[in-house]
Amino acid sequence: MRSWLFFATALSIGAVVFALALLLRSDYLFFAGYVVLQFVVLATAWNILGGYCGYVNFGSAAFFAIGVYTSVALTKLGANPARYLPEFLVNVFKPLLPLPIPALQLIAGMLAGIVGLGMGYLTLRLRGVFFAIATLAMAVVLQTLIINWDFVGGSRGAYIVRPSNAWLGPFSIGYIEYLFLLMLVLAVIVLTVARLIERSRLGYGFASIRDDELAAEACGVPTLRLKLMATTISGAFMGMAGAPFPYYIGYVEPAATFGLPYAVNSIAMPMIGGTTSWLGPLIGAILLGSLQQIATVTISSAVNLLIVGVLLVGFVVIAPKGIIGLVEDWRQARAKP
Amino acid sequence: MGGSFELLVNAAVAGLLLGGFYAAVTLGISISFGMLDVVNIAHPAFIILGSYLAYLLNQTIGVDPILAAIIMLPAFYFLGQAVYQVYYLSFERRGQDALRGLAFFFGLLFITEVVLILLFGVDYRYVEAAYIGPTWRLGFVDLPLRMLVPCLVSLLLVVVLQLLLTRTFVGRAIMAVAQDQLALQLMAANPIRIKRMAFGISIATASLAGAFLIIIQPVEPSVGRDYIGRVFAICVLGGMGSLPGTVIAAMLLGIVESFTATFYGPSWAPAVAFGFLLLTLAVRPSGILGR
Repeated sequence: MRSWLFFATALSIGAVVFALALLLRSDYLFFAGYVVLQFVVLATAWNILGGYCGYVNFGSAAFFAIGVYTSVALTKLGANPARYLPEFLVNVFKPLLPLPIPALQLIAGMLAGIVGLGMGYLTLRLRGVFFAIATLAMAVVLQTLIINWDFVGGSRGAYIVRPSNAWLGPFSIGYIEYLFLLMLVLAVIVLTVARLIERSRLGYGFASIRDDELAAEACGVPTLRLKLMATTISGAFMGMAGAPFPYYIGYVEPAATFGLPYAVNSIAMPMIGGTTSWLGPLIGAILLGSLQQIATVTISSAVNLLIVGVLLVGFVVIAPKGIIGLVEDWRQARAKP
Repeated sequence: MGGSFELLVNAAVAGLLLGGFYAAVTLGISISFGMLDVVNIAHPAFIILGSYLAYLLNQTIGVDPILAAIIMLPAFYFLGQAVYQVYYLSFERRGQDALRGLAFFFGLLFITEVVLILLFGVDYRYVEAAYIGPTWRLGFVDLPLRMLVPCLVSLLLVVVLQLLLTRTFVGRAIMAVAQDQLALQLMAANPIRIKRMAFGISIATASLAGAFLIIIQPVEPSVGRDYIGRVFAICVLGGMGSLPGTVIAAMLLGIVESFTATFYGPSWAPAVAFGFLLLTLAVRPSGILGR
């Protein structure tokens, strides 16, 4: 299927999902669905670097948090520009403020992309395991910076007041519906990009890095440039996923924003779904995301994290190729007889 | 001079004491990651497990936390053997990429943390022992016993392990498997068995390190995360699997962290460990006493 056709199909499926959710008139559905979609974006973004290139990133939470805190900082700036900006700038920016969320997402994506680019340069010296540990280290350094940055609340956290409704052209919709819609569009975009990468020269380049970086380099694959692209794209999408989050949750603080659950989820979902195709993270995120939402409501939020951990360990031990791998094996076994 | 000089000396001494404790925390990683090439990022989780077991034994029957850790050593040793067996069967033998093994240990870290939260909640826990309150004073230098005792026992542990590795057959076999697994096999020793024992020992050190941790500070399930960066920073800086190197690197990190906490405030301390790690990885990946 051509990419634009895929994009259109995915978008219309998204529209149907949105329309159905609207018909059901349940706010809870939007709150839960938002989280699942957010994980679709995070998992797919992680997979662009982790699954296609084979570089494990333990710092997903850091990129997510860059998005979150870009949003917090700009919102705070926007609420009272005269206090923080010199006068001539105030008049320039006044008509633009407060920035709408899509604009925040774009800025957050750029910032997270720049940090991703920096992380990409780490791959010059660090391969495999050392890279993974370095990403973890980067997340903690970033967390310390945020904790010591008073403007965004430091370790006390920051409040963001969510407006009650949003305007979509002439129509007014509830704010949570609006956030859900934004995340839905982002999910469609990131899936299309992932699929596009997978089927282009870029994807083959990534796969060659994953399978044998030295051999790829020797064959003339520009490995550094490809790795930089992967880390930048992956980081940027994670940042974009984080930008609307303060509006969703209403209160953010560093310990929760940089928490292990984001890092574990964005690794577990692709691993469980299957890392070699765009479908894997999607399946993993929908399955695991919905399971967690159900477990949070019916049992407790600690148990839902336990489920993620156990599934991750179980899958890497028993079915290293994920659900997609299982289905393929089953198909081949049936075709052979 | 006066005040600031005293402050400087005190910060340095506190750093050395802290470094002794960090050495105990890192020993396990120096063995598993440095020698066996098993990236056990779940090691801090085992340390927290050790802390909680020391807490349980201390609170229920009043055992001294260090004694409790020594009692628990065999249990941790066998736990380590079991974990290595699973790791070997599912990753090493299949020749699976090390990255899935990494995800495995990451999952293990997460599971341990969540189980501890389910069992004990997120409250801070602490132990009671005679040496936790008092402080010795040598002139103007403060030596809090709750730092001094773990530091000394930890240095003792390093010496014992170093003797074990260099003087006994098993120890030499462990050093050998770190260098050349095939050669060991040709000498008719089973490398897997040796590695399993080595991994058992590495997890056993977590029992003691856990007891030290809960002596030094109150513990809650997620404090382990802060140590991931520290242990790998120390291990890499110390030269991957060299125990003397580990001690030197641990002391160095302890002093740097202590200075940071004294002069810039404790909230900056975690960044130091990780900044240290990033710098080491970027500038001298072979560490101080690297081969």
